[in-house]
Order: sequence, then C-alpha cells, then structure tokens
Amino acid sequence: MLLRHTPKEVMDRHAVTINPAKTCQPIGAMYAALGIHGCLPHSHGSQGCCAYHRSALTRHYKEPVSASTSSFTEGASVFGGQSNLLQAIENIFTIYDPEVIAVHTTCLSETIGDDIKQIRDKASKQGLIPEGKHVIYCSTPSYVGSHVTGFSNMCKGMTELSESTGRKNGKVNVLPGWVEPSDMEEIKRLAGLMNVPITLFPDTSGILNGPLTGEYHMFPEGGVTVRELIGAGDAIGTLALGEWCSADAARHLDTKCKVPCKVLDIPFGLAATDRFIDTLRTVAGTSVPDDINRERGQLVDMMSDTAQYYYHKKVALCGDPDQLISMVEFLVSIDMWPVHIVTGTPGKKFEKRIKELTAGIPCEVNVRAAGDMFLLHQWIKNEPVDLLISNTYGKYIARDEDIPFLRFGFPILDRVGHQYFPNVGYKGGLRLLERILGLLLDRKDRDDPETTFELTL
Amino acid sequence: MSETAAAARIERPAIFEERRDQIRRIGEGDFSMACNRDSLAGAVSQRACVFCGSRVVLYPIADALHLVHGPIGCAAYTWDIRGSLSSGPELHRLSFSTDLQELDVVFGGEKKLAKALDELIARHHPKAAFVYSTCIVGIIGDDLEAVCKAAGERNGIPVIPVQSEGFKGNKREGYLAACKAMRRLVGTGDVSDVSPLSVNIMGDFNLAGETWIIRRYMERMGVQVVAGITGDGRVDDIRRAHGAGLNLVQCSGSTQDLARMLRDDFGTPFIRVSWIGIEDVAESLYAIAEHFEARHPKLAAGMVERTAKLVREELAALMPQLAAIRRDLTGKRAAVYVGGSFKAFSLVKAFRHLGMEVAVVGSQTGTEEDYKELAAICSPGTIVVDDANPLELSAFIREKDVDVFVGGVKERPIAFKLGVGFCDHNHERKIALEGFEGMLNFAKEIHASVMSPVWRFVPRREAGLNRKDAEV
Repeated sequence: MLLRHTPKEVMDRHAVTINPAKTCQPIGAMYAALGIHGCLPHSHGSQGCCAYHRSALTRHYKEPVSASTSSFTEGASVFGGQSNLLQAIENIFTIYDPEVIAVHTTCLSETIGDDIKQIRDKASKQGLIPEGKHVIYCSTPSYVGSHVTGFSNMCKGMTELSESTGRKNGKVNVLPGWVEPSDMEEIKRLAGLMNVPITLFPDTSGILNGPLTGEYHMFPEGGVTVRELIGAGDAIGTLALGEWCSADAARHLDTKCKVPCKVLDIPFGLAATDRFIDTLRTVAGTSVPDDINRERGQLVDMMSDTAQYYYHKKVALCGDPDQLISMVEFLVSIDMWPVHIVTGTPGKKFEKRIKELTAGIPCEVNVRAAGDMFLLHQWIKNEPVDLLISNTYGKYIARDEDIPFLRFGFPILDRVGHQYFPNVGYKGGLRLLERILGLLLDRKDRDDPETTFELTL
Repeated sequence: MSETAAAARIERPAIFEERRDQIRRIGEGDFSMACNRDSLAGAVSQRACVFCGSRVVLYPIADALHLVHGPIGCAAYTWDIRGSLSSGPELHRLSFSTDLQELDVVFGGEKKLAKALDELIARHHPKAAFVYSTCIVGIIGDDLEAVCKAAGERNGIPVIPVQSEGFKGNKREGYLAACKAMRRLVGTGDVSDVSPLSVNIMGDFNLAGETWIIRRYMERMGVQVVAGITGDGRVDDIRRAHGAGLNLVQCSGSTQDLARMLRDDFGTPFIRVSWIGIEDVAESLYAIAEHFEARHPKLAAGMVERTAKLVREELAALMPQLAAIRRDLTGKRAAVYVGGSFKAFSLVKAFRHLGMEVAVVGSQTGTEEDYKELAAICSPGTIVVDDANPLELSAFIREKDVDVFVGGVKERPIAFKLGVGFCDHNHERKIALEGFEGMLNFAKEIHASVMSPVWRFVPRREAGLNRKDAEV
C-alpha cells in the first residue's frame, strides 16, 4: 500500500483540508524579511512557529536561516506578549546587532490581541531601538489567507520605511513577488541591460543563494538596504509583480508617497516577460536593447523547434496564485492544455483569471482556489494528465499516477537548482521549456517499445 | 549594553550574558549547568514547541488518523517530514487539518472538528484518531476532550485528544502530552498470547528502518516484541503494550513518561537503553538478556549466551571494516548538537571508536544530571552547551576547528557554510544509524563527509588541511 488513500469520487468537503496546497502567513513574512539587508525576522509567538519556518526555508534553500522568536509561554498567552517583545527587541539589538528587525505575528499573538505598532512605539520611547536602526512589522494571522498573504503583508510593512522628499530619484521600484533568489538576480540583470536603475524589494539574492566561503554570517551580503527602502518613496514608479504577492505594497506606496504603480504578472514565459519589459521601458522612458531582443528571439526559437512535443498535452498544476497565472498563460501559449489547477490560497479572482486564460481550451478545465492536493489528485484520477507541475509535495501524486513531474514553486525539498537558475525572463522561459521537454521526452524514451525507440527526436 | 556584557562579547563572541551558565568548558571551574529553562525572548533558538514534541512522538503510528486542529501551518510543516518507515499502512504520511479560519476562531472550531473526524474516519477507517491541539485552540477554548469523546462513541474507535498547545512549554511537555495520549490506549488489547519474555521498543522511531534492526536482534535473542513505541507503530500493538515483560526506553525525553506510567499502573519494569554505538548497543542487549534470565531462569535459559553469540558475530563483521575507516579519521574532531542528551552520550562514545574526539557537545532539552554525566565522559576543554543558537555554534566550531558537525536540519547549512562536514542524526537521516550495522553506516557517513575533497576548496580550511597532510 503506497500512500494510496485517495478515492476517485470527488465529494464536497468543508471541515477538513487534506494534503494542503498552502501553509500559514508567517513563513511568507519571514521569507520576505530575509530580502532586506541586515534584517533579522522576528516571530512574535511560540518557539515552534519560528523553528518550523526556519526549517522549511532551510530545506528549500539549503542555506542557514536565522530568525528570532518571542518564545511565548503560558504567562505571555494570558497577559499578552508585550514584555516578551520588548525584551526581544533589546536582546536582539544587543547581541545580533541587525539593521532592522522585521516582526511578524502568529495566530497566538493575534488572538490574544497584541498591538505590534503600540509595542514598537513603546520600545522606541524606551530607547530600545538604537539610533539609525529600525523595527518594522506586519500582522500575519495564520487563520487568514496563506503564506502568500504573509509575504504580501511583509512587503507592505517594508513600505512603512519609505518617505517622500518631494524630489524624484529617477529609480523604479520593482516588487518581484515570491520568486527565487535566482529570479530576483535575473530581474536585476534585465533592468541593468535596459539601464533602468531599480530598487528591488524584497531581494533575497545573495542571502539565500550565497557562496561557501568558510565563514558564517548571520547577515550575508545582499538584500535591499534600509536606505533604498526609504528612497522607494521618491521613485518614479512601481512595478508590482503579482496581484497576490505585491499589489498591496505597491498600492500603499502609491497612496502614501504618490509613487504610481502598475500591477503585472510575474514574468514567467514569453508574454508575461514581454509585458514586464515593455512596462519597465515605458515607466523609465527608455528603449529595449538588442541584447534583450536577442534573448527573446532565442526563446521563440526554442518554442518553435520543439512545438510538436507540447501539442495538446494535458497538465495539472498546483501552487500559488501569481505563479500559476503566468505559468498557465505560458503553457497555453505553447499549445499545452492546463486542465486541473489548484491553489490553496483563497481568492475567487484566481478562478476567474484562470478561466479567462484557458477559455480557448476545448475540454473541461477544473480550477479551485482554497483547494488542496487531495482534490487535485482526485481530479487527475478522473481525467489523467501528461504532466504535473507543483512543489515537492506533488511527488506522491506523480508516483501514484506515474506522471512526469516538474518541481516548481515552494517548497522544493528534494532537488536543487532553483536557487541558482531563474524561471523568470526569457532565459527563465528557456529553462522552463528545457525542463518540460526533458520530462516529456524522457517519458517517451522510457515507454517506447524497442521498435519505435529512436536516436533522434 | 552593560560593561560586563560588552566584555563577554569580546571574550566569548555571540553569547548572551543570560546564557553564560548554560555553556560550560570542562575543566574550567565548577561544572554546573542551568538548563530546561525557557529560551530567552529574542534568541535565535534551535528549539521547537509542545506541539512539535507531541507530533514527532505520535507521528510514526501508521494506522492512526492524525488530525491537527488549528490553522494550516502546524499541519503543513509536519507533513511527512520524519522518515519513520512503516511496514504496512501509511495513513500517517498524509496531512489532515481542520484549517481553522477567522470565523472559526471567533465562533469556535468544535463543530468543524466533529465534522472532520466523522468524514475522515468514515473514509479512511483508522484504528484510532489522535487530535492535536495547537496554540489557537488553547486560546479559543474548544473542548477537545468532549468533541473527541463524542466522535469516538459515534464512530466506534478511540478518538484521543493530544493537549499539545504550542505555548505551554518546549518539546518536553509535548512528549508528556503524547505519552498521556498513548496511555489511554494501553491496557485495552488482549495480551493472552504475549510471552513473559517480551518487550516494547520505546523511544525509537524507525527512521531509515532502525526499529527493524532492533526487532531482528530481539528475534535472535528469543524475545518477543509487543509494540514499537512508536517506530513502525500500530494502534493494536500499543493497546497490548501492558502485556510486555520489559520496556526498553531509548531517548531520554520522549517516551520515558509512558514507561513510568506503565511501571506504576501495570508493574512493568523498564530499562534505559541506547541503540547507538558499539558499547551501548551491546550493553543494552546484555541488560535485556540478564533481566530475563534473572526473572525467568527456566524460560530464558541460554539467553545471555545467545546474546553473547549475537554480539560476537556482529562485532566480528563490524570491527575490521571499522578499522579501515578509523585510519583516516584518527585525530579528527567533531561537534555534536542534538535534540535529546541521551544521543549525545552515545555519540561521544561512538566517535571514540573512530579515533575522533568530540570537542563541542550540546542538546536542546538536556537536564542538569544529563550534562554532568556528559562532562564526566568528555575530555577537558570540551564545550558543553544547552539550547544553543547559530552564532554560538559557529563560534564553537571555529574555535575548536572541528571537522564534522552532527545535528539536525537547521544546523546543516551552518556547518557547510563554515566548510566542515555534517551528519544528520535527526529526523532527516536516510541511513540507519542504530545497532551494529548502524555503527558501520555512521562511520561511513562521517568518513564520507569529513574526507570529502570539497573542503579543500574552502578558503578557511584549505591551508590547514594541506598542513595536516604534510605532517602525516
């Protein structure tokens, strides 16, 4: 018996989530906070939350992940966590000496009603925050939204640092959304090719894909600096990549500092990258250099060279809304049929958007927000697919149903590479195609009888 | 910062003033450790919570339903993360959660929980259900006991609440909550076919099939195994656990409470065992044989002899292979930071067989007594630490110039960043490290990591490694 607990018949479920396609808010806040230079994420709750988030991020990135905790005990849960957080702020600045502490809450501290802003202000009044250092915060109740919501909330928390001097600094803010450090690096490279000065936040490149030097640094090189975050208020515009991950922060910055924003999809695949490049060009008032045109041409070239292999192949996907939207668009653009799409994150908008993107597919498309992987597995049992795209947890389904499996999203616990090779941009599109094609052809080579097993494909 | 704190920082980098009595160097003054105290607020502690403790202990019971009552995170982070193998059912490897939402927090989650239980029990037919309480349930005050009782009666299986609200302490309290939950099962099964020469294997979780190694030893000695608690665990076995003649308790924290309950309620004696390292495994096996020969001279006649034969055979196979590995490792140094201190003892001894010295040793949950015993078997200068953080660990690794670090998932990348080897002796180990064959696997894993050519590319260690080579 190999994990075969999934019946084919789909039933309504309201009381129980099985094999979740999401996790809770605080880990998203922690990941985002790691993208600030010299920042120690702080979990205001029990010790376990912090330990779990650090472990999960460590398993995904294979990098040390430091974060502190308020270490709630029974007393704190009755009398409130104010004294724990004040003590924590003092201890952290004394011993670890970060530039910023990024506090996020937990279901526990939210439910007992701790007011982080008030506690932060109190810490400030008591002189616990040294001159030039900062404490930012966001509210991340685990019983609302998902890890994606937490990421978004911490991005918004970062914009609290931003100030408007009334004089524009000529830079463009780019909120990359929840992507890998390699993707963030790629976005910076593309902006560099276009000669557009950007402030990317968060920016985990260098922090969660750092080199081995023989030294351990709690605060590695890399990350957006506090100075840059302050300056974000003077930018000429903001590109928010991903409605779920980045839009709130960008809109807040618009309201607060009058920095106009555009919300785009995360640039996975050709069309989404086109829109990203074009918008960056327009906002910065520049033109697209030949280097980027060439990269685009290479992606189109590979799409044409290999088009016959994708033709009408059915795909099931599970992941986070922003990532899935771009990915589904890309798959449709190479003639694949995404037929089952699940995210654990709630939001009816997601279902609507996917329905629009897949409207031209001549078969039934199942899409569910606030779903789980148990449901996805049931759908696959009823309508088999040729490819499964999800985080590592999809491997149970892939094995059970014997489906080629592309690891994509968070977390990836059993493979490496995502830290170093981007999926965004035209180069990222090449990598996605290479991996999808490899999976499909490996399967063909495995399954072909000897008579039709061929050298050239 | 006070003057003393500043001084402490220069003298011993990265150590909280408040933590100074949780760190000791053997041979430097009086050895007394402060431990089992709450982590300091603001510390980057490597510790976890009550829920985590309960979850890891009960998780390997493969034919039970494990339902996490709380927001999604607690279930998501504990979904199949512990490689506890099962020889049969694998229901434990799925993740079930009531996924509490804002309205549930406001109006209570009892109805949702009852519905979830009915639905899951009807579909998956588990032998029992464990319902884990999380922080939020403790705060909103759902009556877990009542919901579970009613669900059990409706569905005809034991539905057992686990009082594992995260904030109620650290992992130790979680172990106790797990033991209390299991205690409700013990004594409800038929033990008529249980031999007096029988044991429960406790505090072993069948990581990489380790319980199976111990089961094979028991078979060769002529001892019946009633229940794995909880390695390769089954509800019906635990129901019969009171029938065992002896409880074998490994892992100082996790199941000792249950062993005490079984001793007090059923008169079952227990002994502490360790399945790691040569002496400890042999001593444990002899202790079992001697216990049974003394208790049941007729029935157990020849057991000590059988055990001696087993140990002889195993050592004859092991020692030559170990000697080859030892040649490379002699003089190398290790740092050990593990969850429970029992493991630290065994590892110190195991490293000795590899010609290695343990220069740093610590745990998340050791007791003062544990640390005193540890100090007694370590060399002068060894650093002993309770509840360490990454900065401390990295400072110790550098100071003692260690070659390999033994720890868990959060420590691995710290070791690698410093350019030293690593061995996962925690949930994520993929190779059995228990028993005599486990000792060989351990030696091979340490050898592979310590001797890896990759460390010669690490700037900090390059020169040192080449110098040592030249000296040889």
